[in-house]
Amino acid sequence: MAIGITGFGVHIPRYRLSRSLVAKAWGTAFGPGDRAVASFDEDAITMAVSAVDSALRETDLATPDSIYFASTSAPYQEKQSSTLIATVTGLDRTASTSDVTGSLRAGTSALKSALDSVKAGSSTSSVVVSSEIRSGEPGTDAEQVSGDAAVALIIGSDKVLATFEGVYSISEEFTDSWRVENQPNSEKGDTAFVTAYGYQRIVRDALKGALKKFGLTGADVARVAVAAPDRRSYAAVLGAAGFVAGSYPDDPLLSTVGDTGASAAPLLLVKVLEDAKPGDNIIVAAYGSGNCDVLWFKATDLIDTASKLRNVSKEVAAGRPLENYERFLSFRNVIEQEPLSPYSSLAMLWKEQKQDLRLLATKCKACGSVSFPRQRVCRQCRSLDNYEDFALGRYGTVYTWTSDHLFPNPDPPTAMVVADLDGGGRFYGQMTDAPAKLAKIGLKVELTFRRLHEGGGYHNYFWKLRPIVDQDA
Amino acid sequence: MPISDNVAIIGTGVTRFGEHFDLSYTDMLIDAAYEAYADAGIDPGEIEAAWLGTAFPNLNGLLGDDGTSLSEPLNLPNIPVTRVANLCATGMEAVRAAAMAVAAGEYNMVLAVGCEKMREVSPRGSLVSRHIVETHPVLTKGRTAPGMFAVLANRYFEEYGYDKSTIAQVAVKNHYNGSLNEKAHFRKAITEDQVMKAPLIADPLGLFDACPTTDGAAAVIITTKEIAERLKKDYVLIKGAGVSTWGGYFTVQYREDFDFLGFQATRGAAAQAYRQAGITNPAEQIDLVECHDCFTITELINYEDLGLCERGEGGRLIKEGVTTLEGSLPVNPSGGLKAMGHPVGATGVRMVSEVVNQVRGRAGKRQVRDAHLGVCHTLGGPGVVSAVMVLGR
Repeated sequence: MAIGITGFGVHIPRYRLSRSLVAKAWGTAFGPGDRAVASFDEDAITMAVSAVDSALRETDLATPDSIYFASTSAPYQEKQSSTLIATVTGLDRTASTSDVTGSLRAGTSALKSALDSVKAGSSTSSVVVSSEIRSGEPGTDAEQVSGDAAVALIIGSDKVLATFEGVYSISEEFTDSWRVENQPNSEKGDTAFVTAYGYQRIVRDALKGALKKFGLTGADVARVAVAAPDRRSYAAVLGAAGFVAGSYPDDPLLSTVGDTGASAAPLLLVKVLEDAKPGDNIIVAAYGSGNCDVLWFKATDLIDTASKLRNVSKEVAAGRPLENYERFLSFRNVIEQEPLSPYSSLAMLWKEQKQDLRLLATKCKACGSVSFPRQRVCRQCRSLDNYEDFALGRYGTVYTWTSDHLFPNPDPPTAMVVADLDGGGRFYGQMTDAPAKLAKIGLKVELTFRRLHEGGGYHNYFWKLRPIVDQDA
Repeated sequence: MPISDNVAIIGTGVTRFGEHFDLSYTDMLIDAAYEAYADAGIDPGEIEAAWLGTAFPNLNGLLGDDGTSLSEPLNLPNIPVTRVANLCATGMEAVRAAAMAVAAGEYNMVLAVGCEKMREVSPRGSLVSRHIVETHPVLTKGRTAPGMFAVLANRYFEEYGYDKSTIAQVAVKNHYNGSLNEKAHFRKAITEDQVMKAPLIADPLGLFDACPTTDGAAAVIITTKEIAERLKKDYVLIKGAGVSTWGGYFTVQYREDFDFLGFQATRGAAAQAYRQAGITNPAEQIDLVECHDCFTITELINYEDLGLCERGEGGRLIKEGVTTLEGSLPVNPSGGLKAMGHPVGATGVRMVSEVVNQVRGRAGKRQVRDAHLGVCHTLGGPGVVSAVMVLGR
């Protein structure tokens, strides 16, 4: 039975920081283009939810029964992220949940595990989601070359877009970048040494070894997705493996998104899937501190689905420039925000998971009226406890709005909008990912899962609304 | 017996409203109560029961959370004293509860006090921003008091074609009225230009579209009509008292049957009170109105919900000057929440005091001509609780 990738979803944060803006702030030159910047209300969990949610909503695949979450920037050091992502996106509580972390190639480690679990039959289908928010000390190259993104890949045996054909890995003790406990940003060893003897040597060896194991030459590979920290290293390893021009993107998303750590290889994989043709051999490789995974996929007759889903090209095109560098620093809390300690309750939030995390309204079985927030007594016909869950849709139209200058927000002012949702129900909440001045009656918006505050000392999550990029669609 | 025409208000007391950094909650409560005792010409020992309206005791160390916050400072031990709260309708709820007890025949002389100490904390910690740190952990985040009314303003403009200059007229009118009221927080007339150019708080509402954060207290003495007559008091009767709720404090904006153009709670409360008072044509029968102008847009919506005009006509009413002190139906002759300020629990009691004194002909420079029948209206939360009271001879 052929297994492989059956669907995917991509979340690239809307905001882009132009490297020329940063150069102006610091008076030094950085590389070309933009990096993707997670908004102040995003973290690796919220971005993962967005990617998984779109993967499941835009395909008609069965809900996966396992989830792997890969990240080096999870918002909790102790507490599993995959379980929250699974709950929000509607996986069953019997689904297997795992977090894979500690390495910049965690994305492919997770992908290997998911493929193994489906192949072994412990899962019928699995979702692998990589999600990263990466930065560096202000004014450093690391801050500018890194980027933020999440990618979800659905693995299964039904409606496969690209079959899994083989895997090859190298694991060697090598220290090139690291982050010790309680350190916000990673450090890097001597650039000349770690570039030549770390990334370039190990990825070159891994690609060559993989091709040999797979019985392929570079020329046999139509689509290449090799994550790289810089353009020079990228060219070096691709050349050594003998891949031909046109089989790989000229820029491994460094000038549009940035180096997204554990998300980088899955992101490039989706990028090459978008243009793949049936029968194409696809090679994907990820590197992290001496470890390199190389995976081989082959596109099927269903591959043209990849161009229709929420893919990398669509998400790259949806970018919106950040107005200034200071905004970026406040998003990453380098410029600290006013500390707030809003009321929260673990017991309340636990009881309200269906409502607050999954946006399940109640629908009266007697009269059909929909209530959100949930009501036990129907507010039309007063039936008691006679309802079924009704999932709110993700898209809607603004009925009314305001732009509030009192509510504290690192991206002020705060637009609050009331939106009528397609399919029924209404939502009232913050608009995000866009300047408040865009709020207006008739604006098309979508729901997006966000981190609201740190009341109780933990992360409090809920939904906001953001403008959809193509208002005519 | 029913409340209408059987329950009389014989004394009122209102502190000056403002930022009273030098007065405590208890100081204000005492000042209001003793002014009311003096006005009624009674001895405190005659009080048989009392109701205390305080909406947000959390702003001053939970003083105002219970009956002892009134009974201890006023030295009224061993009588029933109950604290009531119903969002911004709290003050009128205290008056209504007291009036109901008198109507029930249980007590002959009762006291209702509304008291709110909002400026023991910064305005940010007060009502205007309570959703930032209080209330539901996630459903309410992003809300502020002006923000919850600004969404009505934008819908109202869209639906009826008015703009910010229309609601600005409310601020100009109420600031002028406040300039005539020695107890108002703001006693300065303003121009439309000032309203239009003030910094935005929640688009389209600017600084002058909002009521301030204010300390204050108000008290009334209530008895039966028979006693008021026998003692030859200058009394005003409660003609009707309605309270209505619709939707939820956290949830109403999620309802698809809320059109963001008016409040069913006000319409419900007005229908109850008007029925009791025999009012069938509010615009014709009512001589003056004190209504809940927490924000300028709210006053226009109140005109419509209180039946002073058809829906969508609120903007026309203010533009035509109908509701000015000299107009045919003055609204908020006191200066309203806009100029008086809005110490939440005190506001309803203060409105009742204003209408009582207008009907008595004791309103001084802001006296409304031929004031025989007046209406008070308070509105709580995002328009989900409302109290309406009709007062007259």
